[in-house]
Amino acid sequence: MKATDTSNPDYFHKVVDCQWACPAHTPVPAYIRLIAQGRYSDAYLLNRDSNVFPGILGRVCDRPCEPACRRTRVDEEPVAICRLKRVAADHRDDISDRLPKKPEHSNGKRIALIGAGPASFTVANDLAPLGYECTIFEKLSEPGGLMRANIPAFRLPEKVLNEELQYILDMGVDLKLGTPVSSMKAMLDDGWDAVFVGTGAPKGKDLYLPGREEGAANIHIGIDWLESVAFDHIEAIGKKVLIIGVGNTAMDCCRTSLRLGADSVKVMARKPRNFFKASEWELEDAEEENVEIVVNHSPKAFVTENGKLVGMTFELFEYDIDDKGEITGQRVIGEETIPCDDVILAIGQENAFPWIEQDAGIEFGKWDIPVVDEETFESSRKGVFFGGDAAFGPKNIIWAVEHGHQAAISIHRHCQGLDLHDRAPREVELQSAKMGMFEWRYSNSFDASERREMEHVELVDRFKRLNIEVELGFSAEQIAVEVQRCLNCDIQTVFEAPLCEECDACIDVCPVECLSITPGADSEADLRQALSQPEAPEGQSLYVSAPLPLTGRVMIKDENVCLHCGLCAERCPTAAWDMKEGVIRIPHADDQMETVA
Amino acid sequence: MTSFVKPKIRRLNEPKNELGKTRADYDGAMSTLCAGCGHDSVTAALARAFFELSKEPKDVVKVSGIGCSSKTTTYFLKDAHGANTVHGRMPSFATGAAAVNKNLTYVGVSGDGDSLSIGLGQMAHAIRRNVDMIYMLENNGVYGLTKGQFSASSDIGSTAKKGATNTLPPIDPAIMALSIGATFVARSFSGDKAQLVSLIKAGIAHRGFALIDVISPCVSFNDHKGSTKSYAHTYQYYHKAVHADYVPPSEEITAAYAEGEAMPVELHDGGSILLRKLDADYDPTDRAGAMSKLLQSQQTQEILTGLLYIDESRPAMAEHKKLPETPLHSLPYSKLNPGADVLRKIQDEFR
Ligand SMILES: Cc1cc2nc3c(=O)[nH]c(=O)nc-3n(C[C@H](O)[C@H](O)[C@H](O)COP(=O)(O)OP(=O)(O)OC[C@H]3O[C@@H](n4cnc5c(N)ncnc54)[C@H](O)[C@@H]3O)c2cc1C
Ligand SMILES: Cc1ncc(C[n+]2csc(CCOP(=O)(O)OP(=O)(O)O)c2C)c(N)n1
Ligand code: SF4
Ligand code: SF4
Ligand code: SF4
Ligand SMILES: [Mg+2]
Repeated sequence: MKATDTSNPDYFHKVVDCQWACPAHTPVPAYIRLIAQGRYSDAYLLNRDSNVFPGILGRVCDRPCEPACRRTRVDEEPVAICRLKRVAADHRDDISDRLPKKPEHSNGKRIALIGAGPASFTVANDLAPLGYECTIFEKLSEPGGLMRANIPAFRLPEKVLNEELQYILDMGVDLKLGTPVSSMKAMLDDGWDAVFVGTGAPKGKDLYLPGREEGAANIHIGIDWLESVAFDHIEAIGKKVLIIGVGNTAMDCCRTSLRLGADSVKVMARKPRNFFKASEWELEDAEEENVEIVVNHSPKAFVTENGKLVGMTFELFEYDIDDKGEITGQRVIGEETIPCDDVILAIGQENAFPWIEQDAGIEFGKWDIPVVDEETFESSRKGVFFGGDAAFGPKNIIWAVEHGHQAAISIHRHCQGLDLHDRAPREVELQSAKMGMFEWRYSNSFDASERREMEHVELVDRFKRLNIEVELGFSAEQIAVEVQRCLNCDIQTVFEAPLCEECDACIDVCPVECLSITPGADSEADLRQALSQPEAPEGQSLYVSAPLPLTGRVMIKDENVCLHCGLCAERCPTAAWDMKEGVIRIPHADDQMETVA
Repeated sequence: MTSFVKPKIRRLNEPKNELGKTRADYDGAMSTLCAGCGHDSVTAALARAFFELSKEPKDVVKVSGIGCSSKTTTYFLKDAHGANTVHGRMPSFATGAAAVNKNLTYVGVSGDGDSLSIGLGQMAHAIRRNVDMIYMLENNGVYGLTKGQFSASSDIGSTAKKGATNTLPPIDPAIMALSIGATFVARSFSGDKAQLVSLIKAGIAHRGFALIDVISPCVSFNDHKGSTKSYAHTYQYYHKAVHADYVPPSEEITAAYAEGEAMPVELHDGGSILLRKLDADYDPTDRAGAMSKLLQSQQTQEILTGLLYIDESRPAMAEHKKLPETPLHSLPYSKLNPGADVLRKIQDEFR
């Protein structure tokens, strides 16, 4: 097997599991170290470089980083990455003077951004400081997209949202509220240098079952209903509410219902718990509020009396589940009618572009989703870009942000007449973390503490108003412990084969026994036999060094279990192993080489 | 931090032995030896061997003399018994301990200075008595702890770090042991953990004294060009003569060791050692032949390793001296001290 090519910037990036999993590649361990040093503003700004909305995301991010976190290989639970992001936001000073200012001169390029969600705001954030004149068109009376219209204020306070949107507006972005765009062709005729479509996936799915029409007054489409609540058009709901579907929208609907006067809320799921779409933490939060989650109930009909909804009938299902946890068979074993006053449908969202004319030169594919290039986010029409939920269907905020960054790069290149695909590459900078004997530029000792639990507002208090934020944030003590749980995966183990004299010190000291020196072999599977745990967990590939000078054997390392504790480097007499901080440079619009007016 | 600790970490699906213990359960305190010292690797091999044998640490006694090598008893099996004794006096201490309680496993750890200079006479008599113990001689050619003076195992012509040349002939502990009746003589290298672990396991199972002379480079004072005990020199002249695998009583000898290829030696505990000759004309049961091969290898500088000699037929000290099965601490006082009348009777026999 050939030696691992560590010059490929993705090699060291992939080692940082959280950063690799984050769509916007937030440098998690680096910001956690800043928090540990009490440098909250610096931690906030480092976050902001990649994810733009640390305060918002520190509360409601889908957090794909956490299931990826290396910590779970030696501990029950991952580092509370998301909560620590909120710590940076909550404790930052006024950082407005450290943000890019509205430039003195425009570069003369005009960009139209349709929809005021996180995707469009990210494009504006990246382009406005470079001199672009950005105009956002929004049909609603407030900016923020689903972050304002759908994510309830008890999860995301309005103040947090407003502050982070304002930072971007202050860069000289023109926001036109209450201005729905009703014709793409008209837009294109206006002579914009580029158009970005960030209109989301605005259509909630309906459920056409018997009784749908008679019961219409009390049957609501989840995302529309949440929007009406957010804009104070709806202020109450019946006592008994059924939520259909068990995704994250359902979780927001059930918890919102409780705050509008419902006292019995049931979330009706078609399948068993393992098949729920909602994140585990959202389920927990709902159950803490005494929402009942009912499994194996598939909707059959709305029951009405005298033209009014009184209940809903379900078929009861039984499933056969195999060893892998997959459903292999299912049957109906009965029927049940559950009385209710209101039903909220939370069974999914769809894209809809009624305002894009068929002859606007924009190609659409399956399910009315536009054909969009996955690297450049350009549509089939030059100069028209899509991002966020509008591009590939509903995802989440952090994906919308990453789409925004990529679209901004494309728009920047497009406006300069440059090839959209020839983008600046990612890079890795490595810097030794050694300070002296037993001293490293990071806290390398393993802290066995368990994950800190977030405190919540008491149940009796939290329903008093719709916008009481439930999560209280971490206390100083919790912060101090949680930051130490991070393993600093970005402090890389870097090996120099010519220096090694095969003393075995590193192999012997490694607390997880992930190193070995072994004769070369043809496959990774063969090499792994030399490890203390040869069976390969999923994830990282094996590191294989160049042949060692004394015997020609190779050093191998199972990156899956390495804790980045630095003991190998500490014990190595020749510094063949060194710990180096790896800064992964993810290029944004301002990193593209060409200069701007 | 002024020093560091090796954290104890539970991995998912971590291998466990028959006692349900993990490899890390056989660790000791963090080593304070120089980074890269061969002795640390020997320590790791000991911990692994005891883990693989599923030995209960509290049934093990670690004894040592003085030196960097002798310090290492602290770095493995923290739950075992043990003592650092006086310079060169570990063999007497071990002999005494083995005499009063033959049911424990004794591990002696020493260095070439501790064993071949001040402790030479001590070691020789423990070998002659065939004390049931494993004796790790961590051989680096220098007094490491006192900063690198030549030891009695230094080869003629080997140079010290500052340039002085050794002119006195070396004592080869393996040849010496063979000449005074040793029953288990092995040589290995701290850089060959696989060989070392299997030799340690075989040595523990052997009845009687098991000497393992381990070349264990001193990174700080004897790892330079010109040294014949450096990593580079050892890797270059390292030569495996005999491979030994310990097969515990519970396991059958598998067909993989076809006859002729491997030579099983039945052990006292019901297990066996499978010897595989890597040199066709080497016979690890021929004492004189082994000595002559070792003498020859001194000429060629070759470092012959593996289980160089084994004799399972001689009784260990406890049997030979008919020492009680029951440890002295468990014998009733009336047996330990039968009283003045019995003493008088014995004395009368000599009148
Ligand atoms: C109930 C619910 C809860 C969610 N919770 C989370 C969560 O906790 N964490 C998370 O990461 N994600 C969550 N999401 C998903 C997340 O909100 C979206 O993925 C994200 O907001 C998409 O951003 P966007 O910029 O693509 O579009 P959107 O946020 O959808 O914004 C699009 C904007 O465009 C406007 N618009 C549409 N058409 C036009 C037009 N023709 N002219 C002008 N303006 C127009 C809309 O009014 C809207 O303001 C949730 C979604 C829902 C429905
Ligand atoms: C009676 C006595 N004499 C001398 C010393 C000094 N002394 C300490 S360690 C040592 C030699 C150790 O050499 P070795 O056994 O090879 O151990 P190493 O440090 O090389 O592993 C000497 C001479 C002593 N401690 N006690
Ligand atoms: S331990 Fe820290 S750096 Fe490693 S994956 Fe988890 S959060 Fe990221
Ligand atoms: S940093 Fe080195 S010693 Fe620590 S776990 Fe990784 S390989 Fe092992
Ligand atoms: S500690 Fe250093 S010199 Fe020794 S084997 Fe490991 S990498 Fe090589
Ligand atoms: Mg020595």
